[in-house]
Amino acid sequence: MKNRTKLPNVYLGVVLALMYLPILLVIVYSFNQSKISSVWDGFSLKWYGELFRDKALLEALVNSLVLASLSSLGAAVIGTLGAVGMTRVRLRSKGVVEYVSTLPIMIPEIIVGMVFLVFFSLLGLPFGMTTLVIAHTSFCIPYVYMLVKARLVGLDKSLGEAARDLGASELRAFVDITLPLVLPAIASGMLLAFAMSLDDVVISIFVTGVNTNTLPIKIYTQLKTGVTPKINALCTLMFAATVILGFSSAFLGKKDRKKL
Amino acid sequence: MKHAPSFGPLAAKRRKKRGDGPFLLAVLPLYAFTLLFVAGPLIYMVVLSFLQRAEVWGVVYTFTPQNYVHILDPIYLKTFVESFKLALLSTALIIAVGYPFGYFMAKLTAKWKQRMMLLLMIPFWTSSLIRLYGWIIIFRANGVLDKVLMALHVTDAPLKLLYTYPAVVVGMVYALVPFMIFSVYSSAEKLDWHLVEAARDLGANALQAFLTVSLKLTLPGLLSGIVLTFIPSMGLFFIADILGGNKVVLVGNVIQEQLMKAHNWPFAAALSVVLMVLTSLSIALYRRVAKVKDLEGLV
Repeated sequence: MKNRTKLPNVYLGVVLALMYLPILLVIVYSFNQSKISSVWDGFSLKWYGELFRDKALLEALVNSLVLASLSSLGAAVIGTLGAVGMTRVRLRSKGVVEYVSTLPIMIPEIIVGMVFLVFFSLLGLPFGMTTLVIAHTSFCIPYVYMLVKARLVGLDKSLGEAARDLGASELRAFVDITLPLVLPAIASGMLLAFAMSLDDVVISIFVTGVNTNTLPIKIYTQLKTGVTPKINALCTLMFAATVILGFSSAFLGKKDRKKL
Repeated sequence: MKHAPSFGPLAAKRRKKRGDGPFLLAVLPLYAFTLLFVAGPLIYMVVLSFLQRAEVWGVVYTFTPQNYVHILDPIYLKTFVESFKLALLSTALIIAVGYPFGYFMAKLTAKWKQRMMLLLMIPFWTSSLIRLYGWIIIFRANGVLDKVLMALHVTDAPLKLLYTYPAVVVGMVYALVPFMIFSVYSSAEKLDWHLVEAARDLGANALQAFLTVSLKLTLPGLLSGIVLTFIPSMGLFFIADILGGNKVVLVGNVIQEQLMKAHNWPFAAALSVVLMVLTSLSIALYRRVAKVKDLEGLV
């Protein structure tokens, strides 16, 4: 079907351009020689160099990577087992538990952060990496769970049953048949969860300790108090990382999304 | 039993007999985590909202509805009203920008739809902090916007838009418009364009055909887009914080302030409960009106 006018396409183009404008500006200014970011003073990579000499920022980066790895791994185990189990068990509480487990990505982030803050101090947990991992796992699980469940629904059930009928134990059938088939969905969900964890600032602010900084928290504080061009360089690298993660997740999950 | 047929009534019976055993074990971690770290904290939040604040630090375990009465205090009530107004304005603008986008996108060829999806995903995936920072570069005094406007002789002096209400509105719209686009698109994609053509053939003009056919059929997407944008825009305190300075105060900002600075946790809990009830109500209302279970375009 050919469009009668080009106007809708122009509209799509203009809105897209506006969406990319702020991101492109950050990237462009990261290569700016000048310290005052409103002046263009020639191309330079010096801010990238300074970035890698900033120990506090590097430490925050390591924290963020550790946090994202642990949370997405935890979410992969809990979410995958949960999705596999939930499609087979007959429990009355199933619907409610499923609903509650997805709440961390449904309700405003600030509420998630606030309830964890008050709950952790009720339990007397020391704020730091432990509390961060628990909080992040809570919002990572729904991503893995939903993608794996969607994949399971699209699977041919008789495959697993055939394995069982041929004498395989439930565990064997799961490891040999079901797991390889849902693996792309697990990977896709994990990458999504990893990216979400790496990006989170609101929840982290509430549950982190004094001595544990994550990268987004560092950037947030700098945005409020005053930015150095190093942040442009850092943001550009983070942008590159998210694009790579995003594309990988989309690529791995492609088949499932088509089925939905 | 090993060589029994895998089909027929006998097999079905055997399958049923196998029971839930190992699968119960599989759902155990999810059940445990959900109960302990999702339901637990949420229930504690509700309990906390009825407790009393201790004089110096912490809470006193006596029941009081006072925190909720406190919300009716003109200062806090005003914050809710202001948040509501900002959310309303943002949502209206998000519809104005996002609805046509999702709608036009659904009219593209399959190849372009896919490309468009990828083009949309990249900014959506990008850290919200990076995108906010981009707006700081644009809005700040003598920033990109001021320079462009002055070069075009639209204005003589810098506008200094950073830390103003319009800056916050732009930030909100920018952060949330993808949700509207995805919702409307997934609704419009399922639209049978033959129906629109039929309306045109029967004498309706373009506008009439849109209002009576297209709009009606994409209403679920529009509604789910509204749910996905309206409530978050009341809680996104960091956008108001970064782009609005201290000038724009939202419910989210008050919750954060009560938690981190005033240390009045019961009051922060009460505010959160109210925000949460508003969220649930709007999702329930959406389900009633749109008659669907899941939010369209969410996954």
